[in-house]
Amino acid sequence: MIDLEKANQEALSRLLAAQPLIVGMGIAKETVPGMKDKMLLHAGPPLTWETASGPIRGGVMAACMYEGWAKTPEEAEKLAASGAIAFDPCHHHHAVGPMAGIMSPSMPVFVLENRTHGNKAYVTMNEGLGKVLRMGAFGPEVIEHLQWMEKTLYPVLKAAIEHAVKKGEEPDVKNMIAQALHMGDELHNRNKAGTSLFLRTLAPHMVETCTNSAQLAEVFRFIDKTDHFFLNIAMAAGKASLEAAAGIEGSSMLTVMARNGTEFGLQVSGLGDRWFTCEAALPDVLLFPGFTREDTNRDIGDSAIMETYGVGGFALAAAPAIVQFIGGTPKDAANYTLEMYEITAGENSMFTIPALNFRGTPTGIDVLKVVETGITPVLDTGAAHKEPGKGQVGAGIVRMPMDAFLKAAEAFADKYLSE
Amino acid sequence: MKKLLKEGPKVVNIGVEQFYLDVKTQKAEAIVWDWKPPAASADLLARLKRIKGGN
Repeated sequence: MIDLEKANQEALSRLLAAQPLIVGMGIAKETVPGMKDKMLLHAGPPLTWETASGPIRGGVMAACMYEGWAKTPEEAEKLAASGAIAFDPCHHHHAVGPMAGIMSPSMPVFVLENRTHGNKAYVTMNEGLGKVLRMGAFGPEVIEHLQWMEKTLYPVLKAAIEHAVKKGEEPDVKNMIAQALHMGDELHNRNKAGTSLFLRTLAPHMVETCTNSAQLAEVFRFIDKTDHFFLNIAMAAGKASLEAAAGIEGSSMLTVMARNGTEFGLQVSGLGDRWFTCEAALPDVLLFPGFTREDTNRDIGDSAIMETYGVGGFALAAAPAIVQFIGGTPKDAANYTLEMYEITAGENSMFTIPALNFRGTPTGIDVLKVVETGITPVLDTGAAHKEPGKGQVGAGIVRMPMDAFLKAAEAFADKYLSE
Repeated sequence: MKKLLKEGPKVVNIGVEQFYLDVKTQKAEAIVWDWKPPAASADLLARLKRIKGGN
């Protein structure tokens, strides 16, 4: 018989001990393990073109044009449907991607290293809000912006990070997350403080390595107006930390939650890399003007890694201002956090919430507690239009669907009661 | 019963919120407890209890 408590505390302690740092940048095909030509990584559990949601399809079409594999959306759609492109979840490559989560071979990526355990994680740069690839948009402005990110933004950030690493000043993402929680972020839908801290940390290195002041000003301006720029980096920090907690025999703690716009999937530490999936939820969102609830796609994105990591919806009590973006009241936000303590293995030693007397965030979702209490994890998330090419429709709260947790709990019982 | 008719009911609603809202519309005193039946089967819950070392 397993010692469930001991196994979960081991998984939690590995998660809490993780020390994710930014150690470099590179081009995906040269940097991300297993990335190949004519391969696209996507958010969530595995999918096919036939089962892909609108935003995933739109993101794939944008990536095909960005890579030069297709000249028009029609050509891109035909190519994607032909089977000539391999689709694989980001999570199968130690990577994560927000919303559609599309990563193509030529895209620049951040490289994070968990200094405690030595594993690495990868993520693309955040594109900003509105009509962007990760929301399923594929217009000419989307492709031009991706090219700008590759040609203008990437070289500045890459040189600055390499400079920082050389001086032994690798940006400490865990520390930035801890500080951002004290500055009103919850690190899923509010990354204003995290983005500011990232820019403040890297700014001297950017100035010391970039001799083109116009280019540098463009980069500063872009990051300044992209409040979610830090989200991707924080997600990779979560991925690098949670991978260290995977594979603990007898642990019922989640190491992955992710959605692809069609399905929600999760992985459990003591059940290896097996996916447990069910239909993704429909987010209850505060809509941007001009959109209706019928426009909303099912829940999408690897950004659920933030709640798996112990922040995002689990740290809503730290972010009262976020209700202006996702709806509800500051009291609702605090209540969501308090509820999540019912389903976690413990409390965070580093991420604390001032409004809760600096209590650690609820951390380490226990699949068995979810099933026993009937309380499912709460996320505050962005929502994409269900049709390709339309972009974001709003942001709000969404509960992860119970069915995947039930399947995982059944498998957990099958495995550990037979031993 | 006389007290109930004289002072009006004080309602504890368990489960579906709409019943609580209906009572509140009548200006009666009421609280709601957000409760749902367990999603898991009795068999699964019993197996999970065994994993935790229960009977």
